[in-house]
Amino acid sequence: MEFLPTLWFVVIAVLWIGYLFLEGFDLGVGMLMSTFAKDERQRRVLLNTIGPVWDGNEVWLLTAGGATFAAFPHWYASLFSALYIPLTLVLMGLIFRAVAIEYRGKAHREATRRLWTVALSGGSFVAAFGVGAMLALTTTGLPLNENGDRVGGPFVWLNGYAVMGGIAVVAFCLIHALAFVMLKTDGDLRVRARKVLSVWLPLGLLPLAAWAILVVVQNQKLLPWLALAVAVVALVAAWLLVRRSKEGLAFVSLALFLVAGAAAIFWAAYPVVLPSTLDAAFDLTIDNASSSPYTLQLMSIVAAFGVPLVLAYQGWTYWVFRKRVSERHIPEAHAVEPIVEVLQKAK
Amino acid sequence: MDPLEIARWQFGITTVYHFLMVPLTIGLGFVVACLQTAWVVKKKPEYLRMTKFWGKLFLINFIMGVATGIVQEFQFGMAWSEYSRFVGDVFGAPLAMEALLAFFVESTFLGLWIFGWNRLPKLVHLACIWAASLATILSAYFILVANSWMQHPVGVEIQDGRAVMTDAWAVFTNNTALVTFPHTIFGAFAVAGGFLLGISWYHLYRRRAEGIDTVDAEGRVVVGEAPKLGAARDKTDYKVWIKSLRIGAVVAMVAFTGVAFSGHAQAQLMIQQQPMKMAAAEAACHDGTGFSVLAVGDLSAKGQTDCSNIVAVFELPGLLSFLAHEDFTTPVRGVNSLLPEYQEKYGTHLPNDPIYGERAGEEINYLPVMEVTYWGFRLMITFGGMAAVAAAIALWTTRKGTVYNNKWISRLAVFGILAPFAANSAGWVFTEMGRQPFVVAPNPSMSGVDQVFMYTAAAVSPGVTAGELLFSLIGLGLIYLVLLVVEVKLLFRYVRGGIPSAMPELAQKSGSEGTKNNDEQDNDVLAFAY
Ligand code: HDD
Ligand code: HEM
Ligand code: HEM
Repeated sequence: MEFLPTLWFVVIAVLWIGYLFLEGFDLGVGMLMSTFAKDERQRRVLLNTIGPVWDGNEVWLLTAGGATFAAFPHWYASLFSALYIPLTLVLMGLIFRAVAIEYRGKAHREATRRLWTVALSGGSFVAAFGVGAMLALTTTGLPLNENGDRVGGPFVWLNGYAVMGGIAVVAFCLIHALAFVMLKTDGDLRVRARKVLSVWLPLGLLPLAAWAILVVVQNQKLLPWLALAVAVVALVAAWLLVRRSKEGLAFVSLALFLVAGAAAIFWAAYPVVLPSTLDAAFDLTIDNASSSPYTLQLMSIVAAFGVPLVLAYQGWTYWVFRKRVSERHIPEAHAVEPIVEVLQKAK
Repeated sequence: MDPLEIARWQFGITTVYHFLMVPLTIGLGFVVACLQTAWVVKKKPEYLRMTKFWGKLFLINFIMGVATGIVQEFQFGMAWSEYSRFVGDVFGAPLAMEALLAFFVESTFLGLWIFGWNRLPKLVHLACIWAASLATILSAYFILVANSWMQHPVGVEIQDGRAVMTDAWAVFTNNTALVTFPHTIFGAFAVAGGFLLGISWYHLYRRRAEGIDTVDAEGRVVVGEAPKLGAARDKTDYKVWIKSLRIGAVVAMVAFTGVAFSGHAQAQLMIQQQPMKMAAAEAACHDGTGFSVLAVGDLSAKGQTDCSNIVAVFELPGLLSFLAHEDFTTPVRGVNSLLPEYQEKYGTHLPNDPIYGERAGEEINYLPVMEVTYWGFRLMITFGGMAAVAAAIALWTTRKGTVYNNKWISRLAVFGILAPFAANSAGWVFTEMGRQPFVVAPNPSMSGVDQVFMYTAAAVSPGVTAGELLFSLIGLGLIYLVLLVVEVKLLFRYVRGGIPSAMPELAQKSGSEGTKNNDEQDNDVLAFAY
C-alpha cells in the first residue's frame, strides 16, 4: 500500500465524517422544523441555531466531492455517474433547503412561509437520505464493469443497503440535531429535546451501528472491531449522560460515536473505495482509482495548510455564536411589505 | 434522444444560470465591503444604510449562487464521467482547492458577517465581509484556472490514456487563465455597476415624482424630507441614492475599460490557441483584416463544412488585425484555410473506439455553430458597451444632484441593469460553444502537449441513460425557473421597500441609530438575518 493514496483515503474519510458531524445537525434541525417545533417562534429559534454556520458546514460536502475528484478521479466518476438519480435528488434537496433557509423569513404571507418550511424540512430529509444511501453503497458495492460504469438500469442501486444507509443517516441526523438543540437553546425546546432523547437516543443510532457492524463483519478485519466497540460504548454513554442531563458531555459522546462508527466503516472497507458486485477484479481501490503521485503531493501540501486553517476559523465561529438562542431573542416578524405600503399610502 | 445532447443542454443551462448569480455576488460583495469600510472610517450614517441595503440584496442573490453551484460541482462526475476520468488528475486539483481555500472562507465569514452585527468588534466585523468578498474572487480564479485548462491544456502529459499533471506552476499560471481572470472579474464589476446605477436611479426618480426632491431655477436639486415617514425618506436617504448612483456609474465605466483591454488580450491569445474559434466568431471564411460588423448568409447551414456562402456586408477594415496582432495589415486566418489544417492534424473521422458510442467513425465537424459564436461575440461587446455609455450619460445628467423627472428614462434604467448580465452570458456561451467539437481543446503551440485533447462526444458518462439525463434536465430546469421568479420577486420587493426593508429598526423608531440596549440590538441583527 502506497503512502499518498492511503493518506488521501484518510483525508476523504475525515471530510465525510466532518460533513456528517456538522451538517448532521443542520439537516436534522431542518427536519425538526416541521415535526418538533410547536409554533412559528420555536421554528425561528431552531433556524437561528444553525443560521450562522450551516453554509460553512455544507462546504464540507463540496470539499469531500472536490477532494475525491482530485485524488481519486475514478472513484468520483464511477460513483457519481452510477448514482445519477439519487444524487440528482440530493442536489434538488440541497437547493430547496439552502434557498428556504434564506428566503423563509422574507415571506410575508403565512402560506408562503409554510411552503418554505416544507421545502426546508423535505429538502433536508431527501439530502440526508440520499447521502446515506450513497455512502452505504460505496461500502457495499455497485454493479460496475471493468471501465467502472454501471451495468443495468437507472435503479439497480436500489437495494436494502441503500435504504439502510438512508435510514441510518436520517435517524442519526435527527438524534444529533436534538442533542444540538438541547445544547444551543433554552426553554421549552431544550426541555423537550432532552425528554425525547432520553427515550429515543439508542433506537435512533441503531441503524448506523447496524451498518457499521455489517461492513465490519463482511470485511473480517481486527482493528475496525476495536473502533466499533468504542462506538458502542460511546452510544451507551451518550444515553446515560442525556438521562443525567449532562448536555455538553452527551453531545461529545455522540460525536465520539459518529467518529468511531464511521471510522470502523471506512477502515473495514480500505483499501477498496468502491467495490464492484459483478467481479472483484473490477473493484476500485486506492491504487487503481487514484491520481498521480505528483498531484497527490500537491494536494497534500495544500491540505496541510488549508485544513488546519478551516478548523481554526470554523471553531472560532462556533465560539462567537456560543450563546444559547431562546424564544425571548426572536423579534416579531416584520415583513417588508408594510413599509412599501406606508410609502405608497403617502403618495 | 441522444444522451450527449441532453447532457450538453443541461450543462449549458445550469452554468449560464449559475453565472447569472456569480457576477453579482463578486461585484456587489466587493462594493459592500468598500461601503462598510467607508462607514467605519467616516462614520456617516448614509454609508451604514448603503451597506445594509446593498448587503441585503447581495445576500438574496448570494444564496442562489450557492444553491446552483453545488449542482456544478457534482455534475462533472454524474454526467461527464469519461471527462472526469480523463482530466481528473489535473482538473480536480483547482476544484478541490476552490472548495478548501475559497468556499470555506466565503461561507463561514459571510455567516459571521450576517449574524455578527453588534456582536463582533467593528473592525473584526468589517474584516469578515472583506474575507468573504476576497474569497469569491479567489474562487473565480481557481475555477477559471480549471476552465482555461480546457481551453488551453498545459503542464500535462498523457499516461495510460489520461492527462496527468506534470507541472502545477504551468497549470496555475496558464496564460489563458491570466487573461480570462481579469476579463471575468471586470465583467462582474460591470454587473455590479449597472445594478447600483439602475436601482438608485429608480429611487431618485421616485423621490422626484413624489415631490420630495425638487429642482430650483438653476437646475440644482433641493433635497426634501417626506413628512411623517421620518427615516424612511429623509435627507440621508437621498444621499444614499445619489452616492450609490455615482459610485455605480464609475464602477461600470472602469469595468468596461478593464473588460475591453483584457478582452483584447484574450483575442490575441485566441488567434494562436483556438484560431477556429476566432474565425467562427468573425464568420470569416477567408483570411482577412477587417472586423465584421454585419454578415449575411446562412450561418447555421446544416452539416456545414466550409463557409463559402457568407458575405460580410460591413467590415471595419484593419480592426480585426489590430485586435489580434496590434497592426492593421497582418491577416487573421479564416475558416477555409483552417479546416484542412485541423483535419490533417486531428483526423477527419472520430476513431472507431467504443468510447464514442454510436458516433464512432463519424465525420468530425471542426466548425463551431457560427450563429452562436458570431452573435455571442457581438452581443457581449454591444451590451457591455451600451451599459458603459449609459453609465457615462447617467454620470453627466446627475451632476447637479438629481435625475430627470421622466418615466421613460427611468424605465431605461432597468435595461441598464440587465445589459451587463446579458453580456456575461453571451461571453460564456461564445467561449464554451466556440470550443466545440472539443471539450478539451488541443494546444497547438506546444509539442508533446498537443496530443492532449478530448472530443465532447467522448466525455459523456457511458453508463447513464438518456432518461436519467432528461429527468435531471427537466427537474432542475423547472426548479431553476421557479426559483428565478422567486428571487426576482424578492429583489423587487426589497428594492421597492428601500432602505427600511434592510433596516426595519429605522421605520420603527425613527432616527435613533445606535442608541439601544443589548436585546434590541439582537433584534435588529436577527431581523437583518432570518
Ligand atoms: C468566475 C466565477 C465563477 C465561475 C466561472 C463558476 N463559479 Fe461557482 N461560484 C462562484 C464563482 C464562479 C462564486 C462567486 O464564488 C459563488 C457565486 C455565489 C456564491 O455563493 O459563490 C459560487 C458558488 C459556487 C458553489 C457554492 C459554494 C458555497 O457553498 O459557498 C459551488 C459548489 C460552485 N460555485 C462550483 C462551481 C463549478 C463546479 C463551476 C464550473 C462549472 C462554477 N462554480 C463556475
Ligand atoms: C460559469 C460560467 C460558464 C458558462 C456560462 C458556461 C457555459 C457553457 C455552455 C453554454 C456549454 C454548452 C456548450 C455546448 O453545448 O456546445 C458548456 C459546456 C461545458 N462547460 Fe462551460 N461554462 C461556464 C464555465 C465553465 C467552467 C468554469 C467549466 C470548467 C470548470 C466548464 C466546463 C464545461 C463542460 C465540461 C461542458 C460540457 C461539454 C460541452 O458541451 O462542451 N464550464 N458551458
Ligand atoms: C471591448 C469589448 C470586449 C472584448 C474585445 C471581449 C473579448 C472577449 C473574448 C475574445 C472572449 C473569449 C475568450 C476565450 O474564448 O478564450 C471573451 C469572453 C467573455 N467575455 Fe468578453 N469582451 C468584451 C466585452 C465584454 C463585456 C462587456 C462583458 C461583460 C460584461 C464580457 C464578458 C465575457 C465573459 C463572461 C466571457 C467568458 C469568459 C472568458 O473567457 O473570459 N466581455 N471576451
